[in-house]
Amino acid sequence: MFGLANPDTFARVTRPLIAPLWVIAAGLLITGAVWAFRVPEDALQGDTVRILFIHVPAASLGLAVYGALGLSCLFYLIFRHSLADAAARAAVLPGAAYTGLALITGALWGQPMWGTWWVWDARLTSMLVLFLLYIAYAVLRGAFDDEGRAARAASVLGLVGLINLPIVKFSVDWWNTLHQPASLLRAGGTSLDPAYLWPLLIMMAAYFALFLAIWLTTLHTEIMRRRVLAMRARQAREDRHV
Amino acid sequence: MNGAGLLLRREMALAWNGGGGPLLACGFLLSLAVIVPLGAGPQLDQLANLAPGLVWLALSLASLLTLERLFERDFEDGTLDLLAMGPLADEAVVGVKVLAHWLTIGLPLALMTLPVGISLGLAPDQLPLLAVTAALGALAFSFTGGLGAALAIGARKGGLLIAVIVLPLFLPPVIFGAGALVAQADGRSPGPALALLAACVLVAGVVGVLAGAAGLRGSRT
Repeated sequence: MFGLANPDTFARVTRPLIAPLWVIAAGLLITGAVWAFRVPEDALQGDTVRILFIHVPAASLGLAVYGALGLSCLFYLIFRHSLADAAARAAVLPGAAYTGLALITGALWGQPMWGTWWVWDARLTSMLVLFLLYIAYAVLRGAFDDEGRAARAASVLGLVGLINLPIVKFSVDWWNTLHQPASLLRAGGTSLDPAYLWPLLIMMAAYFALFLAIWLTTLHTEIMRRRVLAMRARQAREDRHV
Repeated sequence: MNGAGLLLRREMALAWNGGGGPLLACGFLLSLAVIVPLGAGPQLDQLANLAPGLVWLALSLASLLTLERLFERDFEDGTLDLLAMGPLADEAVVGVKVLAHWLTIGLPLALMTLPVGISLGLAPDQLPLLAVTAALGALAFSFTGGLGAALAIGARKGGLLIAVIVLPLFLPPVIFGAGALVAQADGRSPGPALALLAACVLVAGVVGVLAGAAGLRGSRT
């Protein structure tokens, strides 16, 4: 895996993956979205049950992407590979977008089902904190003139933010929340009907593929940006010697 | 006298001689407390419901505003470099500076919440618990705030940056501190919330000191 830490090797190995990933993500998204509109209405929730297919994958991926961000920060702090820092930075935008999407679709779902857009229960609050942690990382990462200093400080913060992940995950078990407890990953198997389970799994895969596509594309852009900077610097040195 | 004791004495002396010690933060807390009844209406029974939240808001803001200069001035005049060359580990430097911040700002603020609580109509038998939770909460704020201040050393923008970093990490002490007060007001035992608040302080202590030291090291290279 440390061979891949070399930006050039990483770019060469992952370059062929990017286009297929975008295609897979688009295909899965379309399949999942069409399927989501063909599932039968829920006996209690009616049509609003279809929010499930947007809301649940967004929330799961919002959490998982922060996990990826935190692990990248850990790798940066231990091994000081600039690629790990770039990976953490590239995860911010999709992660924050998924978390924001989960919060917004949650509000849109809560209004008809719970009768309120927002409650301050543990799951919703900890998701909001997750969103704020994404922002905090992004703000700190951009707050320094020195790239190395910014990477080191932001990585420490990103690592500290990992504390919030188990709190989000187990908030529905530790506190009495209006938000329902887990029904997909739980002891005794899923409580979801197969009619809903399959499109949900497809949407999960779609969100995941989309994240990977965005992540790799951003990483490639970053590697290319650094290469351009290095070439410019070399050019400037050569011009001076002439 | 060992290095840690000397550093603590220096920090205390600087806080008292340079800026009048806790007066500034306490004045800020009082000013905030005056705004609330004027904005939300002076009915004491209504204010009493808001009181725990207001006290915690004021406490966190007052801690935040004083945290900005915890490391920045020492960074600018080179004191941090001298400390790095000295015998104290970075963790000890962070721990001592945070402790000094709590002694000079946090504890006085916790005492100051008593008159503020009374003025907002909190029941008198809640005041001891208010003081205890505020003192513990201020310690957690000092630790997490020290983390934020250490990470933001040398950043282009100071105060607001630290606020955005640190405020999400302030939430657990606020939840359990205010939770203890609400539990007591409802006639339940505040013990569980108090224990969780203490746990927050311990976690903040470990994480704050370690991450703060990482921030100090990061600012040097």
